[in-house]
Amino acid sequence: MPNKRIYLYPVWIRLWHTINAILMVLLILSGLSMQYSNPDYPLIRFDLAVKMHNISGILLTVFFLYFLLAIIFNWAGKYYRMPLKEFGDHIFKQVKYYTVGIFRGDKPPFPVNEQRKFNPIQLLSYNAIQFLAIPLVIITGWALLFPETIVLDFFGYSGILLTSLLHVSMGFIISIFLIIHLYFITVGHSVTANLKSIVTGYHEVEEEDTLAARTPESNTTLDKNNKTHTKNPKT
Amino acid sequence: MAKRFGFRKLKKTAFIIATTAFSLISFFNLSSQNEPEVQDEEVSFCLSCHGEETYEISDTVTGEYAKLKMFKELQIDLLKFRQSTHGEFKCTDCHSADFEEFPHPLSAKAEASYLCLDCHGDDEAYASFHFETIEEEYLKSVHATEEGDDFSCWNCHNPHAYKLSDKTPGQLGNRIAENNSVCLDCHGNVNSYYSLIGREKTDLIKSHDWLPNQPLHFSRVRCIDCHAATHDSILVAHMVLPAEDAVKNCVECHSTNSILWGSLYKHQAMTTRNELGFYNGMITNEAYIIGANRNYYLNVISIVIFILVIIGIAIHATLRYIYRHKRNAK
Ligand code: HEC
Ligand code: HEC
Ligand code: HEC
Ligand code: HEC
Ligand code: HEC
Ligand code: HEC
Ligand code: HEM
Repeated sequence: MPNKRIYLYPVWIRLWHTINAILMVLLILSGLSMQYSNPDYPLIRFDLAVKMHNISGILLTVFFLYFLLAIIFNWAGKYYRMPLKEFGDHIFKQVKYYTVGIFRGDKPPFPVNEQRKFNPIQLLSYNAIQFLAIPLVIITGWALLFPETIVLDFFGYSGILLTSLLHVSMGFIISIFLIIHLYFITVGHSVTANLKSIVTGYHEVEEEDTLAARTPESNTTLDKNNKTHTKNPKT
Repeated sequence: MAKRFGFRKLKKTAFIIATTAFSLISFFNLSSQNEPEVQDEEVSFCLSCHGEETYEISDTVTGEYAKLKMFKELQIDLLKFRQSTHGEFKCTDCHSADFEEFPHPLSAKAEASYLCLDCHGDDEAYASFHFETIEEEYLKSVHATEEGDDFSCWNCHNPHAYKLSDKTPGQLGNRIAENNSVCLDCHGNVNSYYSLIGREKTDLIKSHDWLPNQPLHFSRVRCIDCHAATHDSILVAHMVLPAEDAVKNCVECHSTNSILWGSLYKHQAMTTRNELGFYNGMITNEAYIIGANRNYYLNVISIVIFILVIIGIAIHATLRYIYRHKRNAK
């Protein structure tokens, strides 16, 4: 049972994440309204959807840049590093856990600790979303906002068609990510444990998984910027 | 067709225009019989003045000589004229033969110009264009009702440049640009608008600023797609409505039953069929309208993926629930 709390989601990440999540939901709803616009059953009226989508998209860009800068200049970057060599192996282990182990009540192969915030599947999907899908959706989105920057004719195909296709596909991938993401929130120590973490910032872990338990001295080897806050709720 | 007249080849700069009708008549009598040649000759005769920035006249009797300005409105571009739908014509097929005199006599100017229907009315060869229907539609348009006789088909169909638009695929952008330039030549041009109604022209950019991406809309749809009522039997709508009746509701274009299938893409819609598996597939290569173009296969694929993800999550959640209860029971 979890007996220790570590501070994993500092305020700036929670702030970014909350705003990002709200904007994403607005973008998906307004995007769907435009893509499947139907005068008889408008989810959101077309011209409102356009405005909503544009404003949310611009705000999303601003907050994404904020996230990028924070990742680069803050300690959080290390959580996003993928161990290239063994990564295939790690993924396999994690997939096995989610498809078999989890039902048997096995321990997760990559428990959360101060060094490792994400398991390999989270690592892969967060990287893919944050550094591939969202940048692509942002770039194509801005291109569509300023369509005069797009070549109108690309070997006989409308440049806007191609840009839009990429934009919509990435939007679709992000939506699918969101659904799976929401589901995996429930896969914690308890159904609501992860949700609590992203709200409070603290993640409940088992003492023996943490860095301090395994290598007590390693805490001191982290430099100033890499300081992690640990706190035991019971003390 | 009008009677053909001939001219002797005359060098432009040395061209001497007789100041009396009498001496001009004598030119006509020297006409040659070679028709195409002759036609070229007549055109170059008129264009020796109307094709240049300046023209020269001199008096054969007194030897007086003057170089004068040919005003822009009266200039004609030979190349554009030749490429136009009526470019095979000679000037006097449409204009009075009296224009061969200079100064042009009032009798020539007073003569009413032919209208499209004078030549094309009840003509089997042009039945597919439905000229009569176009005229009926035109007569109901704001231009006809507001401006009456001051306005005619020629105001939009420049007699010396109008060209039947190219409807081959790949030409959509050009077709739209040419079409809109017809309206913009007047609505976007203070001089021509003012000369017609003598009051201040409104700013089109301002009156269309409600349109997101206004420049894109102006380069990808035609003015008439929003401003004219369509008619089933004619390809290009001619009933331009008052501004308050223009299309302002986005979804009239941005939806699967977009009005554009009946207007801008009508030709493509009639000649090609839904081959690519696209809804409204005929134009998707050349244009993309969000809400109107949907790829059938991509739609199916995305719905299938979506359903699979939901099913996968449901199964996973149920198994988790069952196994947890089993474990707890132990
Ligand atoms: C010597 C130069 C000259 C030649 C040659 C000439 N024009 Fe003109 N034309 C003019 C000038 C100058 C005007 C404007 C003054 C005027 O209207 O008389 C004009 C005016 C016109 C107009 C406009 C009349 C109006 O409604 O105001 C027409 C139409 C026209 N010309 C047709 C022709 C045709 C057709 C020919 C050849 C058969 C021709 N012109 C040959 C100089 C010329
Ligand atoms: C298909 C018929 C047609 C042909 C061919 C034609 N014109 Fe015209 N032209 C017209 C009409 C109609 C007008 C009056 C336009 C209007 O009312 O806006 C006109 C007007 C003009 C004007 C006055 C300019 C203006 O905008 O009002 C001139 C000058 C002129 N034509 C010269 C010529 C010359 C020179 C040629 C031969 C190169 C020629 N036209 C061939 C139909 C024709
Ligand atoms: C003086 C008689 C005359 C007048 C006036 C006239 N036309 Fe024509 N038009 C013709 C003739 C003759 C042809 C055939 C030309 C050819 O095939 O080279 C033609 C061809 C056309 C064509 C092309 C048909 C095709 O299959 O390519 C169109 C479109 C057309 N005219 C439209 C108009 C319009 C619009 C007007 C009025 C703004 C008009 N015409 C006025 C005589 C006229
Ligand atoms: C307000 C401007 C305007 C007026 C007035 C106008 N037209 Fe047009 N017309 C157009 C435009 C724009 C086109 C499209 C040109 C193109 O893309 O081929 C067109 C196209 C046509 C065509 C070709 C249709 C086709 O099948 O491609 C015919 C024929 C025609 N007009 C006849 C007429 C006649 C006859 C009149 C007068 C009764 C008239 N037009 C008045 C703007 C006008
Ligand atoms: C030769 C000049 C000319 C051309 C070409 C022309 N228009 Fe017009 N248009 C006018 C004039 C003049 C009026 C009348 C303004 C008035 O009396 O309120 C007008 C009125 C209109 C109106 C109604 C405006 C209102 O306030 O209700 C619309 C819409 C319009 N035009 C659209 C078009 C379109 C679309 C085209 C091209 C197919 C076109 N016009 C081509 C001159 C032109
Ligand atoms: C997307 C549809 C759309 C397109 C495309 C469009 N218009 Fe309009 N236009 C409108 C509407 C709607 C209004 C009325 C605006 C209002 O009432 O606020 C209008 C108003 C006008 C007016 C009257 C107001 C004024 O400025 O005098 C004119 C003239 C006009 N348009 C001409 C054009 C011309 C020319 C083009 C092509 C270059 C064009 N429009 C393209 C929808 C359109
Ligand atoms: C498309 C929109 C979203 C994106 C792109 C996204 C992305 C992310 C990312 C990158 C992280 C890791 C943050 C870190 O560096 O610590 C994260 C964590 C988290 N997110 Fe989201 N998120 C989205 C929407 C949501 C929504 C709507 C919720 C729930 C209301 C949610 C709940 C959580 C939770 C509980 C965590 C922490 C658990 C974990 O680390 O996996 N997210 N999300």
